[in-house]
Amino acid sequence: MPRLVSHPDEVKVLSSRFGKGATDIDKYIALDGYKATRMAIEKGPEWIIAEMKASGLRGRGGAGFPTGMKWSFVPKQSAKPKYVLVNGDESEPGTCKDHLIFLHDPHAVIEGTIIAGLAIGSKMGFIYLRGEYRYLLNIMEKAVADAYDRGYLGKNIFGSGLDFDIVTHTGAGAYEVGEESALMESLEGKRGVPRIKPPFPAVVGLYGGPTVINNAETIATAPHILVMGAEKYAKIGSERNGGTRLFSISGHVERPGVYELPMGFSLRKAIYEVAGGVHMGRALKAVVPGGSSTPVLLPDEIDVGLDFDQMGKAGTMLGSGGIVVCDDQTCMVEFALRTIKFYQHESCGWCIPCREGTDWLKKTLTRFHAGGGVKKDIDNIKYLAENMMGRTFCPLGDAAAMPTLGFVKKFRQEFEDHLDGKPCPHALMGEPEFAGVH
Amino acid sequence: MSEVTNTIFSPALAARFDKLVTIYPVRRSALVPMLLYAQDEIGYVSDAVVAEVAVRIGINELEVRNVLSYYSLLRTKPVGKHHVQVCTNISCMLKGGYEIFGHCKQRLGIGNKETTPDGEFSLEEVECIGACSWGPAIQVNYDFHDELTIEKLDKVLDKYAKGSKK
Repeated sequence: MPRLVSHPDEVKVLSSRFGKGATDIDKYIALDGYKATRMAIEKGPEWIIAEMKASGLRGRGGAGFPTGMKWSFVPKQSAKPKYVLVNGDESEPGTCKDHLIFLHDPHAVIEGTIIAGLAIGSKMGFIYLRGEYRYLLNIMEKAVADAYDRGYLGKNIFGSGLDFDIVTHTGAGAYEVGEESALMESLEGKRGVPRIKPPFPAVVGLYGGPTVINNAETIATAPHILVMGAEKYAKIGSERNGGTRLFSISGHVERPGVYELPMGFSLRKAIYEVAGGVHMGRALKAVVPGGSSTPVLLPDEIDVGLDFDQMGKAGTMLGSGGIVVCDDQTCMVEFALRTIKFYQHESCGWCIPCREGTDWLKKTLTRFHAGGGVKKDIDNIKYLAENMMGRTFCPLGDAAAMPTLGFVKKFRQEFEDHLDGKPCPHALMGEPEFAGVH
Repeated sequence: MSEVTNTIFSPALAARFDKLVTIYPVRRSALVPMLLYAQDEIGYVSDAVVAEVAVRIGINELEVRNVLSYYSLLRTKPVGKHHVQVCTNISCMLKGGYEIFGHCKQRLGIGNKETTPDGEFSLEEVECIGACSWGPAIQVNYDFHDELTIEKLDKVLDKYAKGSKK
């Protein structure tokens, strides 16, 4: 069971029910559960969307698109049924926040799904969990069944005359499916290959109907916003970045864990105070601030607020909120190699720059890290990554290229140190099968 | 209900599949979950599984295989009774994921994607399993084991080994 952590600097909105037994529907109701849905039914779609817009909530999956605006893009009239699709394919390395939401607060996900459905005029929602999260799927399924038993789902929900159904759905192992159009393909029973946009899902989505796709954290936040009030929620965060979010802090820190911090919270404080600083009294070497696809920051670059805009200005991204901390004994070439090994494994192979680029990067970095590098490799790595950027249908190509470019740019000396047949002095992998190109 | 007269699945799973194809707007949406649940029961996606799933979904076998090959949890060969999946992605790597993986290899006497001769254990290096803040972490079948040390790992593996003997 994942350990829950706590720190006085946290503002617990989304995580307020964690550890309180809220998987039980009665307990959930006692903790203000299903209050937001009743309000949403009473006040109607326009009110819901206005509140979501005023809350400043931006998509927690990584792109940071304003949620209220996303919901408002769905056409009011549609010949085809409209759908809500909850993205719980959490697979970005460094990110484990949705894991806790499903574990501790499954009804918040259900409520958020109903609220999104009410807002756009949909009668059906899907909650898609990655295949590895089977025990969490079981928790979600029980919660959905309990909600049906109470009449919160199905026909005439809460006696409102409105119908809403939820189907929980398991994936079967695929990072790429976290991309919204690939997610729809997967839910339609196909390979998770991205679709060409436009049309955007809000117009032509799942089964060809208008679809709202939100990250599980975004969806689970919606009921909290309606209950506490959009204005109050917005004020917790920073400018144009409403509220709080869950930050998964991992790697070389004293107290790793998932912490709920206000948007705009200092990255330095998150590492040194909330997570207790670098472990074993060591010095900080690097921070990957928003999941493995976000460009690395150096120790003198962490005086930045954790929101979408400030992180963008700092040359990186807030991403999925997965903060990975590396101490001064980490080999950044190896870190870059492990990162690219992941993207090579996960590339769906549809776009050539991504399929070939990740493969060549993995081969080059593998040889390079094992001591077989030559000087021109460093520029070649950069060249390969640069030629993937912006040249693929979905963001996976960029997700692989961006961090690679960051590692080469910010740790060039460390790459140089691996030259002339010198194998890495502190290899964590050190496994023979990674030492050669295959 | 089922159009399949000679199912290879248990009555409970067959009944579940009969229902599964009805809960989505299109039948095909049941494909990926059906393959995974079938694998849970049979151990892997065998030719017989592909054949029956194709009939249940109403597509041809080639289309099933096309989808099957995309998803990393789906496999076409058997694994051990206890499938040990070690995450070595960045967060777990920093916390010793490769040491955990190395120890599994040594203790089980098998390499990546191999199975012990008695069929009890199999081992696989996997990508991020979503337990980053609690690394290093592994999954044995669907069960998570986190914040591992070598000692803790040994206890976990002991438990599975003992469970098998009963």
